[in-house]
Amino acid sequence: MATYLEFIQQNEERDGVRFSWNVWPSSRLEATRMVVPLACILTPLKERPDLPPVQYEPVLCSRPTCKAILNPLCQVDYRAKLWACNFCFQRNQFPPAYAGISEVNQPAELMPQFSTVEYVIQRGAQSPLIFLYVVDTCLEEDDLQALRESLQMSLSLLPPDALVGLITFGRMVQVHELSCEGISKSYVFRGTKDLTAKQIQDMLGLTKPAVPVHPARPAQPQEHPSISSRFLQPIHKIDMNLTDLLGELQRDPWPVPQGKRPLRSTGVALSIAVGLLEGTFPNTGARIMLFIGGPPTQGPGMVVGDELKVPIRSWHDIEKDNARFMKKATKHYEMLANRAAANGHCVDIYACALDQTGLLEMKCCTNLTGGHMVMGDSFNTSLFKQTFQRIFSKDFNGNFRMAFGATLEVKTSRELKVAGAIGPCVSLNVKGPCVSENELGVGGTSQWKICGLDPTSTLGIYFEVVNQHNAPIPQGGRGAIQFVTHYQHSSTQRRIRVTTIARNWADAQSQLKHIEAAFDQEAAAVLMARLGVFRAESEEGPDVLRWLDRQLIRLCQKFGQYTKEDPSSFRLSDSFSLYPQFMFHLRRSPFLQVFNNSPDESSYYRHHFARQDLTQSLIMIQPILYSYSFHGPPEPVLLDSSSILADRILLMDTFFQIVIYLGETIAQWQKAGYQDMPEYENFKHLLQAPLDDAQEILHARFPMPRLDSFCLK
Amino acid sequence: MNLNQSAPPVPPFGQPQPAYLGHHQSSYGGQPGSTTAPTSYGAYNGPVPGYQQTPPPGVSRAPPSSGAPPASTAQGPCGQTAYGQFGQGDVQNGPSSTVQMQRLPGYQPFGSAILAPVVSQPAVLQPYGPPPTSAQVTAQLAGMQISGAVAPASPPSGLGYGPPTSLASASGSFPNSGLYGSYPQGQAPPLGQPQGHPGAQPPQRSVPLQASSFTPPASGGPRMPSMTGPLLPGQSFGGPPVSQPNHVSSPAPQVLPAGTQMTGPPGPPPPPMHSSQQPGYQLQQNGSYGPTRGPQSNYGSPYPGAAAFGSQPGPPQPLPPKRLDPDAIPSPIQVIEDDRNNRGSEPFVTGVRGQVPPLVTTDFLVKDQGNASPRYIRCTSYNIPCTSDMAKQAQVPLAAVIKPLARLPPEEASPYVVDHGESGPLRCNRCKAYMCPFMQFVEGGRRFQCCFCSCINDVPPQYFQHLDHTGKRVDAYDRPELSLGSYEFLATVDYCKNNKFPSPPAFIFMIDVSYNAIRSGLVRLLCEELKSLLDFLPREGGAEESAVRVGFVTYNKVLHFYNVKSSLAQPQMMVVSDVGDMFVPLLDGFLVNVNESQAVITSLLDQIPEMFADTRETETVFAPVIQAGMEALKAAECAGKLFLFHTSLPIAEAPGKLKNRDDRKLINTDKEKTLFQPQTGAYQTLAKECVAQGCCVDLFLFPNQYVDVATLSVVPQLTGGSVYKYACFQVENDQERFLSDLRRDVQKVVGFDAVMRVRTSTGIRAVDFFGAFYMSNTTDVELAGLDGDKTVTVEFRHDDRLNEESGALLQCALLYTSCAGQRRLRIHNLALNCCTQLADLYRNCETDTLINYMAKFAYRGVLNSPVKTVRDTLITQCAQILACYRKNCASPSSAGQLILPECMKLLPVYLNCVLKSDVLQPGAEVTTDDRAYVRQLVTSMDVAETNVFFYPRLLPLTKSPIENTTEPPAVRASEERLSNGDIYLLENGLNLFLWVGASVQQGVVQSLFGVSSFSQITSGLSVLPVLDNLLSKKVRGLIDSLRAQRSRYMKLIVVKQEDKLETLFKHFLVEDKSLSGGASYVDFLCHMHKEIRQLLS
Repeated sequence: MATYLEFIQQNEERDGVRFSWNVWPSSRLEATRMVVPLACILTPLKERPDLPPVQYEPVLCSRPTCKAILNPLCQVDYRAKLWACNFCFQRNQFPPAYAGISEVNQPAELMPQFSTVEYVIQRGAQSPLIFLYVVDTCLEEDDLQALRESLQMSLSLLPPDALVGLITFGRMVQVHELSCEGISKSYVFRGTKDLTAKQIQDMLGLTKPAVPVHPARPAQPQEHPSISSRFLQPIHKIDMNLTDLLGELQRDPWPVPQGKRPLRSTGVALSIAVGLLEGTFPNTGARIMLFIGGPPTQGPGMVVGDELKVPIRSWHDIEKDNARFMKKATKHYEMLANRAAANGHCVDIYACALDQTGLLEMKCCTNLTGGHMVMGDSFNTSLFKQTFQRIFSKDFNGNFRMAFGATLEVKTSRELKVAGAIGPCVSLNVKGPCVSENELGVGGTSQWKICGLDPTSTLGIYFEVVNQHNAPIPQGGRGAIQFVTHYQHSSTQRRIRVTTIARNWADAQSQLKHIEAAFDQEAAAVLMARLGVFRAESEEGPDVLRWLDRQLIRLCQKFGQYTKEDPSSFRLSDSFSLYPQFMFHLRRSPFLQVFNNSPDESSYYRHHFARQDLTQSLIMIQPILYSYSFHGPPEPVLLDSSSILADRILLMDTFFQIVIYLGETIAQWQKAGYQDMPEYENFKHLLQAPLDDAQEILHARFPMPRLDSFCLK
Repeated sequence: MNLNQSAPPVPPFGQPQPAYLGHHQSSYGGQPGSTTAPTSYGAYNGPVPGYQQTPPPGVSRAPPSSGAPPASTAQGPCGQTAYGQFGQGDVQNGPSSTVQMQRLPGYQPFGSAILAPVVSQPAVLQPYGPPPTSAQVTAQLAGMQISGAVAPASPPSGLGYGPPTSLASASGSFPNSGLYGSYPQGQAPPLGQPQGHPGAQPPQRSVPLQASSFTPPASGGPRMPSMTGPLLPGQSFGGPPVSQPNHVSSPAPQVLPAGTQMTGPPGPPPPPMHSSQQPGYQLQQNGSYGPTRGPQSNYGSPYPGAAAFGSQPGPPQPLPPKRLDPDAIPSPIQVIEDDRNNRGSEPFVTGVRGQVPPLVTTDFLVKDQGNASPRYIRCTSYNIPCTSDMAKQAQVPLAAVIKPLARLPPEEASPYVVDHGESGPLRCNRCKAYMCPFMQFVEGGRRFQCCFCSCINDVPPQYFQHLDHTGKRVDAYDRPELSLGSYEFLATVDYCKNNKFPSPPAFIFMIDVSYNAIRSGLVRLLCEELKSLLDFLPREGGAEESAVRVGFVTYNKVLHFYNVKSSLAQPQMMVVSDVGDMFVPLLDGFLVNVNESQAVITSLLDQIPEMFADTRETETVFAPVIQAGMEALKAAECAGKLFLFHTSLPIAEAPGKLKNRDDRKLINTDKEKTLFQPQTGAYQTLAKECVAQGCCVDLFLFPNQYVDVATLSVVPQLTGGSVYKYACFQVENDQERFLSDLRRDVQKVVGFDAVMRVRTSTGIRAVDFFGAFYMSNTTDVELAGLDGDKTVTVEFRHDDRLNEESGALLQCALLYTSCAGQRRLRIHNLALNCCTQLADLYRNCETDTLINYMAKFAYRGVLNSPVKTVRDTLITQCAQILACYRKNCASPSSAGQLILPECMKLLPVYLNCVLKSDVLQPGAEVTTDDRAYVRQLVTSMDVAETNVFFYPRLLPLTKSPIENTTEPPAVRASEERLSNGDIYLLENGLNLFLWVGASVQQGVVQSLFGVSSFSQITSGLSVLPVLDNLLSKKVRGLIDSLRAQRSRYMKLIVVKQEDKLETLFKHFLVEDKSLSGGASYVDFLCHMHKEIRQLLS
């Protein structure tokens, strides 16, 4: 076997999973002494071009409390056509369809290389994708125009049978009816009044008393579209109509007096969007896309009053408990987020404004539902435009890189329990034998709902070893974990992706080296960071830092080699060598430090940190700095001012921002125009190289980072 | 400001009515004994104890009359009155007049010698010259007379006193039944035989009722008889001398109002119409009553005829006694006719204080010379008692019916607009009254004394002007506010809401698009009409286009607003379903200029009927609709008007939700009032908000069933709006009426966001207000909108003594926003006389106005009291008024005689009409909604409207020659007046009937209906075919002109005699007994007489 590094990489490639420990300490006590919890980074829908989905349904363990899915780790008795569940040891009969299996004729899910299998469920009605645009009209004309164009553009990217709806808001909230000819029709709601889902549905006429007008007719298939059709229409039917409607979208016409903010009813608009979908398409994948150009200033969910002289809350205000509206607004959006999540709808927020827009209060909407959060200065920037466009990017099969209404279920073998998850998910509150009493992140359940996810959406999942010290696991014993993700594929199919992994147990006392060597410090850093950031959402900043510090100290204590009283004697093995550095950068990252960041920015950063995969997360924790010179290929350099040299070009990627810095000499050369002279073509290439690299990053990343290029004058 | 007015010669404030010289006294022919209270009198529910109240003992007369010794007086008056009557009768009849005249002369001497005052007609009196007493019309109740007849004994006295008790009892019985059994008896002896009028009209003579004028001729006994004589027999009477005996014995007492009856006899053409029953009679009455008011210079001359009288008598005819002669009792037709003839020709010049204007039914021009035109203000009395004691005694309500924005005929200039510049209108510092012609300038013009509160104010330098030798400002005639009764001030910003000049008002059309509205075709019709109608929004002066902006809302259970901004290619619809908390979803594009957004609006109106064509929604909301309109105006910061087109009871879940609470079982119970009260207080609250915003609501209702008009009309009512109701609306049948009303309503000039304040000079005070408006305090009448049809009735009470010399002043100031958005103040001033003699009060009353007030008072009363109580109150008040007159002003006469003041001789008949109206006495077919509807309509009616509403006009169409293009003279609203060979039009301002007699000539049928026979006429037809012949053109022309006179389109209904629709028609024959139990005129008059006698005894 190759190195752990390769093993880890291979596992990640195949299953989208990276564990903090790849050999597991076999008892609870030892596990806690490892400091970094046993946990994994899971990318449930990691793109697997080489993994064609199987067109049948998974075989489940028949024990009601288990229901694990047949996997390569199961023992199979081909003669008796029986298989034993590797989680509960229940013996199960194969279903009739499997009558022909044998050692040589195995179904895919029994082959070891198929530790991850994707099933396509054929039964059940397929529902189209649903996109509900919720658009703020309190924008400057430029912004509105840009937004109009972006929205119109997006229509052309949607699959023709997708359902779209449009809600616009300003002082009032308008739900546009898209089916009508001639007159454009919309339902209008007051922006100051909180409405219950029932009220909203009544007012939208969605709760038509079931009038059995044609009792004879099989109403089921027809009624559904008829009710919802008024507000959510297949794009191919109303493309023109909606394009015109967007084209005619006016700025909110209510006058904004001098010294006031426009009245913006974001809270109600979102509430109506959620209520609308809740009433029409419960438990169907749908995306609410909220575009805002400023903070909510009235009604439930208002974040700031309309007086311009009263600035929006800052961290300072929050610390002083001076943010009047924050708690109430947060509560409002949390309620909405939970409702949306319960129905499998995800909420995106596209906030473009120079000032804060209330992301702090609204973050739960995206965080709990797996929606996107995009923050920019203006809709009229390529940052927004391209980011938005990227949402509709397609994979190699021509399918959208998005999935909806997923539930992630985690099953563990009995020595393990699942303690929680951190990521764009909500708990489904499913208790079971494998649920730990200790919570790390969102715990107390073995199932989570992820309403919107894409191939990069990544969760941190934390486990607890529950095996008692006095009940040793036999040598060579393996622990197993199965991740079962039900989701609605963008092709509208229901699918289930099953990943089953196993790791060796090791006795931490006798085999600490094994465990140490199997430490994945990158994964561990990200997992610890997620824990830290998760804590930071609810705890005071310094407490979190102190906790992180203590963890680091304990880890070093446990795994470091040192002589007492001699700092210089301290050594960490290779597998730990980078970890302290990650922690160092994490401490000063915007995820934990709020200084110089607005609450919105902090929320934005944390949002992305909690959903990006490992590589991106590491970039966020520790930005990358490359140095370009005539002396060779670009090389990574230290995040230090010593890296700034006159004849170098630096490229820094912090995930959210890419900066290209030209050294003094380089800048002068550029100013002198050497790059345009044929004889200095190599200089031209040098200048171009970081730009190309930046472009490459820009191309792959969501959201689009901000690209800055400058030099010292 | 240049007002090119020639200096109007202001007549000195002399006594206004020289004319009223005569004192009419009526002596009651009847006997005191009449107490009997006939149980039979169903309508009145038996004698009401209440009525008995004041038994006025003494005979206090008007000064003039006093001269004569009691005894003599008694006689005298009789005689005179009689004459008077005759004379009048003549006048009216026109042709007959000559005859009468002749008679008169003969009498005159007599009269003069004896009693001047008695004569009923002022005119008559005049000749007599002396007593300036007010004209009185005396009437005797038939019953009374009968008794009188019995006691023929003393001719002179006999009339009055004679009646034996027995008779009285008899009389008692009669009132009810038409029979009047008693009469026959009484009369029979005397008259009956000779005359021998059998069947026909019974006893008209008895005339008890004739009420009006009859003053028992005081003069010689003989005369009396003569007088009476004539009466009874009707025409035959003629011979006074001969008759005398008869008279005496018989009915003499009856004394109809003057001349009335009798006249008929000889000369005059025999009564055409009524031939069947009372052939002779017609003449009479009319003649007699007519002249009431005026100065009858005219009369004077004609009178010569008196002599004729004498002659006539010769042919005394047999009088079958029996029944009160309907012709003998005061006739509204006659009074109207006379006033028209006497006062229609000359302009009414308002310069003199306390003048009684011509009747509302008279066409006249007004010259403003310092007092407001009667088109703006009419009073119940133009002579106010100086003390509250007097006022209480008389019980005559002191009220003014004010129509501040009344439309004027083209010949009269609308009020001049005065601009006092930045300082605003000049006002009294203390009471804030506005500068008016009555302000006195003193100290050489440096100061002025307020005519209302006597405060001395400085004249601002820029307003200073020297005074001439009479103490008048030199520029008085250049300034409207110093020389005219009505004028307008431009308001300054201080008079505006929020200290901002108002923006032009807006009209919002709010259309019910629920199933019913769509199905009936209403929505399509309305939308089609609006397309063209919007080009005719009210504009001010010569403005090229209207400043009024428009907006559109449709609704059923939810509301749909429309964005019709001119820049849009298509209108946008915005649905608001949050009816519980209404708001306006858009600002920009909701209220638009019609011209700019023409295309979008047209597109919208085209699409509305299509969009909802398939609607199944039957539920509607109502309060939220108004709320929405009001919020829209609020958001646009302007005043305006909502036009609501609504079909059904709002039962959808929303504020103002109503339930069907119609319950006919409540009628005649103590709970009946709840039918008139709104179901919920929500609408009052809403109305209050509307008023604050200047949002006036006009409601067009198209109900198929109960919609609770009482509740729905609360907001229109309190915001100065109108309610129109089209029950069971069908496009084919009701289209014209609805569209016509709509056009008029949309086009009419409206003032918005108005506040009206009535100031009075010290001594009286406005205490009560009736009409469509809201009041948040006790003095300011707030009107979200006010149009030229809306009237506010104001009641005054004394709070101090008034001074005869200075009179009483009223100043009505209306602050409003014109339809172009200009803020203005309209001022109306009116000076009234004050009197220390009750007679002056009674001489200067206006019955039409009085009825207007009493109807409104009663209609408001039903909200809080059982209807019966309200009716009783009315009757009591009326009896008290008349009893007070009888006691204090009439010359002493027999208690059996009903004496009515000349000015109020129609009070009983009109009051009866009020009592019989649907609100106070509903028939079986009248729905609760109808009653509530009428109730609120009447609340803001002006005098002319109430007049015709309560006493409909009945016009014979085929009586006068076809070539005659003038409007045919009306006949009294009674079935007896209909001849089955004729065609009649009846209108009351709301309804219009064409009644076709069963034996109308075929030619007439052919030329009017285009069918060959009566039986082929479609009953219920609502449009006359357009035929090219004189009759058809004339009738259609007449119908058109009638409609043009009324503020609402009257839908025509053709009623054939003996057809089932006739019941409906007969409901409007108000002099007859009604199916719902309303008394006939004659019965009521008897009842009234009884009440009065109870009060007097």
